[in-house]
Amino acid sequence: MAIISFSQVSKRYPGGFEALKSISFSVDPGEMLFLTGHSGAGKTTLLKLIAAIERASHGTVLVGGQNVSVMRAAAIPYLRRNLGLVFQGQKLLYDRSVFDNVMLPLIVTGQPYREAARRARAALDKVGLLQREKARPVTLSGGEQQRLCIARAIVNRPALLLADEPTASLDVAYADEIMEMFAAFNRVGVTVLIATHDQLLIGKWHTRVLTLDHGRLP
Amino acid sequence: MRAWLRHHGVSLAQTLARLAHSPFSTMLNVLAIGAALALPVGAFCLLLNLEALSRYASVEPQLTVFLASNTGSAEIASLGSRLKETSGVRSVRFVSRDEALADLKRGAGMEEVIATLRHNPLPDAFVVRLSGPDPALAEQIERQFKALPKVTHVQADSAWVRRLDALLRLGRTAVALLSALLCLALVAVTFNTIRLQILTQRDEIEVCSLIGATRAYIRRPFFYLGSLLGLLGGVAALLIVLGALAVLDRDFAQLGVLYGIGLRLRFPEPREMAAVLGICVALGWLGAYWSVSRYLLVFERR
Repeated sequence: MAIISFSQVSKRYPGGFEALKSISFSVDPGEMLFLTGHSGAGKTTLLKLIAAIERASHGTVLVGGQNVSVMRAAAIPYLRRNLGLVFQGQKLLYDRSVFDNVMLPLIVTGQPYREAARRARAALDKVGLLQREKARPVTLSGGEQQRLCIARAIVNRPALLLADEPTASLDVAYADEIMEMFAAFNRVGVTVLIATHDQLLIGKWHTRVLTLDHGRLP
Repeated sequence: MRAWLRHHGVSLAQTLARLAHSPFSTMLNVLAIGAALALPVGAFCLLLNLEALSRYASVEPQLTVFLASNTGSAEIASLGSRLKETSGVRSVRFVSRDEALADLKRGAGMEEVIATLRHNPLPDAFVVRLSGPDPALAEQIERQFKALPKVTHVQADSAWVRRLDALLRLGRTAVALLSALLCLALVAVTFNTIRLQILTQRDEIEVCSLIGATRAYIRRPFFYLGSLLGLLGGVAALLIVLGALAVLDRDFAQLGVLYGIGLRLRFPEPREMAAVLGICVALGWLGAYWSVSRYLLVFERR
């Protein structure tokens, strides 16, 4: 069964702008794929529909077999706990340490502190930030901040990782490093969906590519 | 269940940490609430004291029962004993018309006026002291006496009791209004404090909601914050009132010495103080609830 399945999905924002027009596609568990398209093509909107940050105006969005487009508000947090979100301009919390940023998803889900701390350190280790756990996020470089976002996204061991322009504003070496990380998660079974407009990056990876054009999938 | 308890522990710890993080603004908030609440609490304490004092220093109300001029001495004696037997009557004193005239003559300048009278116009009378300052009882006894034979008029001196009672009732109403007003102030202060807190924490709220925090998890710390502000404000108010009462009590005791009576102020009982704190917590929670309902909606729609 597909982990993500869109059928005839449209999203119209208040004011009439139609970001997505009758989109249909599905993603198998364990797949890694790119979502691309020009700026304003609807990449971010599509990811938001999966995480129930936005609701579809028409059509059905199934995530892990659940119909997200009609999900009760009270059920949404439990959906998101199975998702890892690396969003563009994703806010790190600058009033606490790197470690505490990664702890947040575990505290939110009520994990015992000792177990949570162990998992947070494991996640930091995977993205190579274990040495910086006591640092404040503001002292990290752009690439390190992006890695911190990834650590926070994967600490709950999500089945599905969604990343919106994870390599934007990073130079090529950093971007490759980040992509290698996503590939590593994918190898252990995580489904990874990456939205990017970086054609160069996409060219380096031989995976499925969904190309949005003015809200449509050709 | 354990996760739920852990959540509450985390929320409470976060809230306390936040309060401790900005001790100055916390203190000012608590003082604002405390000062606002000290007014009604203090006024209420003074009112209780005034009521106690009015009972303590009360001159028993009295009735003057005037008799018809043709009342014989036998009738006067039987009337006197009937008055004495009425319940609620403490003492009965007979004032004959001659005594009354002699009393009147002692008044300045009255002698000449009275000298022009050919006969004594004053009636015989009974002065009846009642046992308690209960205006309803006084009125009832007054009616009863009016119905007796040979009684022409009953003059109630209980008017002052009624006046005092009305004054105290006015005081109670004023305190109730003041309380309502300042409770509203407490709700407004917590509402605003929570609103500011929500705005400073908007990033955290947004991130938490994206990583799967439930609505309850996000709201809980704010409820704790509101209730805690109410509680601390209530404690501040009680400290202010107790301090003020302690100072007043010293002066009051001196006043008592001058009057030769042991006057002491009545301090609020632990039960009453607990009630005040309970109300403060509830009002703080209410302010938080409104603020959270109003301002977190924005984030929850995301």
